Amino acid sequence: MTNTCRDSGRAGPDNEEEFVDILKEKRCSSDLCHALRDFTPGPYKGGPTCTAADLPKAVLESQYFRYVVEEIATETGSSLEEVREEACVILEEMSQNLQLGFIRLLAYVLTKVLKRLFTGVHVNMEGLDALRKAVGEGPVILLPNHRSYVDFLVISYILFTYDIPLPVIAAGLPLAGMKMFGEIFRRSGAFYIRRAIGSDKLYWAVLSEYVRTIVKKGYAPLEFYVEGLRSRTLKSLIPKLGMMHMVLEPYFKGEVYDIKLVPISISYDRVLEESLLAHELLGVPKPKESTAGLLKASKVLQNNYGSMHVNFGRPMSVRQLCRGKINRCQYNLAPRDLPQKPSADTQACVSSLAHLMVRIQEEGSLISPWSLMACLLLQAPTAVLTEQGLPWHRLTEKTLWLRKLALDFGARLNWPGQVPDPDVMSSAVALHHSIVRREAGRVYLVQEEERETERPINPEEDVIKTAVAVLMMAAYRNQSLHIFVRPALLATAIHVAKTAQRDELFAFFCFLRDVFSNEFVFIPGKSSQDFEEACVLLRKCGAVRISGQEVTVSDAGLEVLSFLQALLQPFIDSYQVMFRYLCEDGVHVFAEKQLLPAVRNLATKLILSGELHTYEALSSDTQKNVVSALRRLEALTKLKASEQNEYRVNKAAVRRIDDMFCGKIPPRMLQTTPDAKL
Amino acid sequence: MDHKHGSSMASNSSGSDRQRVAQQRLRIIAGHLQRPVDVDSTIRAAECKAQGTETHVEEKTVPKRRQEIMKWNGWGYSDTKFLFNKKGQAEFTGKRYKLSGMIIPALKEWMEGTFGTNMQHKSPATPILTSGAVQPPTLNEAFVEELTSTGIPFSLDAEDRVFRAHGHCLHEIFALREGKVGRVPDLVVWPNCHNDVVKIVELACKHGVCLIPYGGGTSVSSGLECPPEETRSIVSLDTSQMNRILWIDEKNLTAHMEAGIVGQDLERLLNESGYCTGHEPDSMEFSSLGGWVATRASGMKKNIYGNIEDLVVHVRMVTPQGVIEKSCQGPRMSIGPDIHHFILGSEGTLGVVTEVTMKIRPVPEYQKYGSVVFPSFEQGVACLREVAKQRCAPASIRLMDNEQFKFGHALKPQVSSMFTSFLDGLKTFYITKFKGFEPNSLCVATLLFEGGREKVLQHEKQVYDIAAKFGGLAAGEDNGQRGYMLTFVIAYLRDLGMDYYVIGESFETSVPWDRVLDICRNVKARITRECKDKGVQFAPLSSCRVTQTYDAGACVYFYFAFNYRGLSDPVHVYDEVEHAAREEILANGGSLSHHHGVGKLRKEWMREAVSNVGMGMLKSVKDYVDPNNIFGNRNLL
Repeated sequence: MTNTCRDSGRAGPDNEEEFVDILKEKRCSSDLCHALRDFTPGPYKGGPTCTAADLPKAVLESQYFRYVVEEIATETGSSLEEVREEACVILEEMSQNLQLGFIRLLAYVLTKVLKRLFTGVHVNMEGLDALRKAVGEGPVILLPNHRSYVDFLVISYILFTYDIPLPVIAAGLPLAGMKMFGEIFRRSGAFYIRRAIGSDKLYWAVLSEYVRTIVKKGYAPLEFYVEGLRSRTLKSLIPKLGMMHMVLEPYFKGEVYDIKLVPISISYDRVLEESLLAHELLGVPKPKESTAGLLKASKVLQNNYGSMHVNFGRPMSVRQLCRGKINRCQYNLAPRDLPQKPSADTQACVSSLAHLMVRIQEEGSLISPWSLMACLLLQAPTAVLTEQGLPWHRLTEKTLWLRKLALDFGARLNWPGQVPDPDVMSSAVALHHSIVRREAGRVYLVQEEERETERPINPEEDVIKTAVAVLMMAAYRNQSLHIFVRPALLATAIHVAKTAQRDELFAFFCFLRDVFSNEFVFIPGKSSQDFEEACVLLRKCGAVRISGQEVTVSDAGLEVLSFLQALLQPFIDSYQVMFRYLCEDGVHVFAEKQLLPAVRNLATKLILSGELHTYEALSSDTQKNVVSALRRLEALTKLKASEQNEYRVNKAAVRRIDDMFCGKIPPRMLQTTPDAKL
Repeated sequence: MDHKHGSSMASNSSGSDRQRVAQQRLRIIAGHLQRPVDVDSTIRAAECKAQGTETHVEEKTVPKRRQEIMKWNGWGYSDTKFLFNKKGQAEFTGKRYKLSGMIIPALKEWMEGTFGTNMQHKSPATPILTSGAVQPPTLNEAFVEELTSTGIPFSLDAEDRVFRAHGHCLHEIFALREGKVGRVPDLVVWPNCHNDVVKIVELACKHGVCLIPYGGGTSVSSGLECPPEETRSIVSLDTSQMNRILWIDEKNLTAHMEAGIVGQDLERLLNESGYCTGHEPDSMEFSSLGGWVATRASGMKKNIYGNIEDLVVHVRMVTPQGVIEKSCQGPRMSIGPDIHHFILGSEGTLGVVTEVTMKIRPVPEYQKYGSVVFPSFEQGVACLREVAKQRCAPASIRLMDNEQFKFGHALKPQVSSMFTSFLDGLKTFYITKFKGFEPNSLCVATLLFEGGREKVLQHEKQVYDIAAKFGGLAAGEDNGQRGYMLTFVIAYLRDLGMDYYVIGESFETSVPWDRVLDICRNVKARITRECKDKGVQFAPLSSCRVTQTYDAGACVYFYFAFNYRGLSDPVHVYDEVEHAAREEILANGGSLSHHHGVGKLRKEWMREAVSNVGMGMLKSVKDYVDPNNIFGNRNLL
């Protein structure tokens, strides 16, 4: 991909040869020896650092913390002592307690588990070397994506194996509640953060000071998920900014010379939680993290999950990334310890960096053959997949075609070169036997076994059953969406807007990008770069010709364009279902809780009636994204007085967006300014 | 007028102790001097003669032809410099300083280790100025004619003019060493008194001539550079001959001086009377009183005596609009904004400071140097902060970082006896092995105490007790004294560096206490980074020291030098790195300057530093005082 990320640094090497399977030698050596290996990370040259016990003390003694305690005491009328005690409780709940002994234990267990689950864990050594260097020089932030519970401690495991200082890891508090494991994780470097902090001032103060202290002191590399949580859809999530801001603040305020950000892309051939995730998206609630649950999950250990790739991106200097984006003098006129609202330029800078990190994670991730196949399978009508099946030869031909396109678009493929292509695809299908099966030269969608076969299935249940399989497959398609999404937006613009004028296409492109900016990750303020990238890629693969202000489709381009457009279609359809529901008579104010089931009902009805072709409209993830998008576009407004997230709909605005989607409003009527609000 | 120089003042000192101290100081400072012979001291305006009947002109340091005793293309006296002798050992020539005539055995190795210099690779300066390099003067005939008729001495000589066309910025000296000369003044004039200046300014206004006041010539802000775009005739107004102490007022402890007097003369002459100003900027051998006022100078001992703005009681300045001064010498006034503050820091843009009344103090009874070694710079800064908090700072307290500590060591002269060398070894052993100080992180603070003997000893104990709380170990008087002595010789070292492909400079800032460590780390790191990015082959020397403490912050000095072999335009690289370092200083809450001033070097940041309105205020003053930009050095604004 030629894009915005490349000039600011691209993750890792370009070919697979440079990845090393770290399990390989462990398969023929003792796990215990590995766990007991000498661990001698290099020294930290960034300044005097501190011990684990110093951390909470440094937090409680900080000037910032004292300010906040006084402020809260005054506001609430409690004594300073009470507030401080409360803070100590929070700190205790939060604190990590990294101990090498537990990392050894973990190394032992993880070696066993990983060997059982995966055929290989591939790590790029070049990235590790760069990381090792960076860790010695100053504060380093590790930013992995999060696609499975398995990856929670994998980074620590790898760093342990290669003598790099172990990270402390921001984790969700529910994890701490797990019997035994909560404590083990804590001692492996996890520190726990409550899910909904809201406006709890004291909590924010303790957390942010804790995080800043780790960064300032260079205590250890800090690891957190910039996406905030595990992606249920395997699609990148829009980054959360709170933690990112805390982490960057010491640089903004000059308390450290620089901070290095290390985006890490973890890619799976097959994700352990695939079916769980699909159920969750369909409204079957996620089981609470519990030890019993984890042990029950031991069943999954019997399965094969292919391989895992961990791609360490090149450490990126925050100083360089922020050049010209932030005026550090803004902190000159008040004590830096004083709690301050971040300025607009700070917020914009944090947001842009956070988005950039996700984009680099995307670029660094490896696309499996199966993901390409999933893209294609989902473009076949669902009924065909469940009943007639798709001819195997057509699927393989098309997959090879798509492989070329993906490579043209700069994707990193995990396509083994030494194995014949048909075998690669066969084994991909075999690995994903939970979703598809190959029978007599055709490929079918696998549907969950019904427990009570004798009971007549009602049509709604049948829809859910199919939806589970479709959503699982969609998740694998999502792994490669980032490669195609920009050209796909342009392909859709060409199709819907029916114009060859570059500026009109750009306007429509921006409109789509704007509507979908909760769905796909776009770096704020970079719409023209995104458009440019889309044009370049489509021209490169021969789909369009660009001369001056004209963008014309070539004959050979139809296949590419229709593939891309079809890739985006489920999203457009799902959004339109939601719009349709919102514009129905009667609904003006609704609670989020009611909305999701109601839309799901409508979608189910439409699927059954044959009016709606995508099962993805049933996904709560898509629905939530639509709500966020409409709020951003001010077509939905949250009622202030409401306790249970009630919204008011501006139907005219929703209709207008819907009309634009359908091409009923000509692009020249759209604003052409980049990132314009509608 | 009260002309009481010489021995008559001695009777006023209270006892022999003071006299002894005064004489000792006299020896130290006078030791730096060689009494120059003023070649044409006879030319003098009539009124001035009447005024200055019995001044000891021949005792003054600065002759009109400065080049006779000072380098035209480097720092300081011509007879004094560092060189590598035939044995390859570093040596400091001359007789003026304590270090003069000594061998400095470790310097060569330090230079090789720090900069990667090589004795075989020399970059010598052009030995003499070729007259062709200097443009013939652009003269304003009418002005010259009228000036001649006043009898005020002036010169059109190329050497005189070149000498006054620069300060001591790296780029200025570098160009001179290459024999390159840009725009220089067309004429140099030496007024002898206030009235001479009034006449010169009147003539300049009348004939449209640009005036650039010149005091000691130690500017490091491009303040003396002639604006290349200036088309008028440029006249350098050299105040060096206005160098008399006009009176000493013992009842109020003030002294009234002509502004051209240089620091060492002022202190020496006052010392003879048992007094001192206590104002000792590092440049005091050459910098002038008028220059201090015009740039808001700061002295090493400001903790006792104050900075120049605290010392000045009355100022007289000649401007195109006339003479500005206050009507009385009240110690403090509430009469609107203090007009002295238009003058202090005006950097020669508004007029010429001609006479100043300053506070004086009796020469202190007792002086004691000292030093403290800290295990780390962080602890050293914490100690200085505590000292400032308790408001018990000695006359001077300076904290050097590890790089400067090593540098200081490299400048130790050859020890005279086995015993000293043994002792040194023992000290090193004690600090690094016994006390566990890490040689690559320890740093040293140098101290200077002054006052009554009892009080000094008490004060010393208080400071050492604080230092001990921060892990500091007393490291002896010698280390302290050498630290301050080096202040005067360090400027000579740059010339040696430039002989071996090393260029460098220092720059300063002031910053709140809580940011001191951050700014030191960040600026040093930025310098190193920028050098690397700009293709400097060998890691630069990037070092700092905290040189002044205040209630709310400190003054930080940065030293930066690198080996420029392999760079096509080293000065450009230097400028870019210094520029980046200044940006870093500002981004870290540091000021644009603590005492070097703005000049033309830092002008671009002025608006940001003082806001639009602030800039407008300064401009409007300039517009009123000097509407035709007679004082056209274009500093500051």
